[in-house]
Amino acid sequence: MKIVVTVKQVPDPNATLTLEGDNTISREKEVVLDPGDECGVEEGLQLKEAHGGEVILVSMGPERAKDAIRKGLSMGADRGVLVTDASLAGADALLTARVLAAAIKPESPDLVICATESYDGSTGMVPPMLAELLGVPQLTFAKKVEIDGSSVKVHRQTADGYEVLEASTPALVTVTAAIAEPRYASLKGIMAARSKEIKQVTAADLGIEKGEPAEVIEGVVDAEARKAGEVIEDDGTAVDRIVQVLSGAKVL
Amino acid sequence: MAAILVYGELNQGKLTSTSLELMAKARELGDVYGVALGTGAKAAAETMGKHGAKVVHVNEDNVFDDYLAEPATDAVASLYEKEKPDLILFGFTPDSREVAGRLAARLSTGLISNAGDVVAKDGGFVAKVPYFGGAKVASMKANGKPAIVLVRPKSFEASESGGTAEVKQVDVSIADGSRRSRIAERVTEASEKVKLEDARIVISGGRGMGGPQNFPLLEDLADALGGAVGASRAVVDAGWVPYSMQVGQTGKSVRPGVYIAVGISGAMQHTVGMKTSKVIIAINKDAEAPIMKMADLGVVGDALKIVPALTAAVKKKKNG
Repeated sequence: MKIVVTVKQVPDPNATLTLEGDNTISREKEVVLDPGDECGVEEGLQLKEAHGGEVILVSMGPERAKDAIRKGLSMGADRGVLVTDASLAGADALLTARVLAAAIKPESPDLVICATESYDGSTGMVPPMLAELLGVPQLTFAKKVEIDGSSVKVHRQTADGYEVLEASTPALVTVTAAIAEPRYASLKGIMAARSKEIKQVTAADLGIEKGEPAEVIEGVVDAEARKAGEVIEDDGTAVDRIVQVLSGAKVL
Repeated sequence: MAAILVYGELNQGKLTSTSLELMAKARELGDVYGVALGTGAKAAAETMGKHGAKVVHVNEDNVFDDYLAEPATDAVASLYEKEKPDLILFGFTPDSREVAGRLAARLSTGLISNAGDVVAKDGGFVAKVPYFGGAKVASMKANGKPAIVLVRPKSFEASESGGTAEVKQVDVSIADGSRRSRIAERVTEASEKVKLEDARIVISGGRGMGGPQNFPLLEDLADALGGAVGASRAVVDAGWVPYSMQVGQTGKSVRPGVYIAVGISGAMQHTVGMKTSKVIIAINKDAEAPIMKMADLGVVGDALKIVPALTAAVKKKKNG
């Protein structure tokens, strides 16, 4: 079975964000493989271990996004594809999906695995767009994936439980962090990753023209901030103060 | 007048409250049309009429109940070709974003997600989107035709405006090619005592709770106050509690009378889902945590000591 996992390099969730002059978020601190994607890579590896095949990591980003792919390769993925092109900087969801679709199509995978959403954008719009552009069904919010021959079954997390979704491959699956605990790369894995192939392609290689952006940032203003209220150290009387506030809010 | 199409999301035959919130905004922006698909669509159309839709396009075929996203995408795309609305509004919810994403790709138009507001400007639409950790708000102009905007739940107040919608059938035949991602079974796991979205008091826990074994402390407090328990994405990701408890950008949006954040630092992902709460109380070891800068009352201390003491104090006050 051929499995593509989409991966993204994101600002370290523990770092402080800064803004560039053009109001885009600075990528200078972009240093980690998206934690959600680590779960996707792990699920891809487990499916490969159970059913055989190949795990290919596909990413779009600046050249240093190779580090994120390399991380996945050191976990055990077989090879990577990185679409890197200055013209793609600041790509919106649709352009990102078009680029990923063009990079994934030649691989003809049985399964495409994406994280439900990225850690930095957190909007989850790319996977359904990608499924549409690849012409495959989407099975989303998976906390469990089962493959049986050419059929794929997932447990889709819902607000009050889950749904069982079924489809035939090829298909696109989005996974939640509950899917699998990502493995640590072994020293052997890290060494092996150094010689694994990361194919680098440009937008032109894929026949992608940027076109008009779907949306334009017209301006950025400070959000209406809540004012900081009273901050107290708990010296044993904090509970009394909380009870007062609860009474004041008429919930107690 | 601009033509606004509202996607009426049905959840097991029932129109979602978010769909009605969108109706309230759509009325400000132009002539309102609706679309409702699957079992219950006609009843939904009637409700959408009371909320200001002139026409609601319906189709009660159960293919919309049984298959994820693709049949609905086919129907809305076909409707778009006939009616050419200027703007299509979706709720920023798990089910609607699946349809909106496929639709935007099929129509080669973009979309704007996670919007908190939409305004008409220069014959087009500008969406207000939380940005940069929620500290800022970006005004994003939609260039695509149609403009597609996904609005966060609880951004607007739903209200009836009176009226009756003309109900029209969406004539679309769903090809086998779109009957692919089949919903074979629906399983209910959580039996929420008080629904998180509707609770007057929400008590949410984060990493500062130390582990899943301490969440019952929050349950006890919630029971004493008649509230519901929520959680940050960090602890949901860590597998401490189920996703249904997540409050935040991609979890649930809540607007209770009192929100108590326990051991939650206050990342944007979380605060965007709770910052319109009337009163916010934060309990955290770290006086510098971002949540302290937005709380009406911030308590610096050990949550594992304060929460049980608070539960006891609440019970005592209620009983006497």
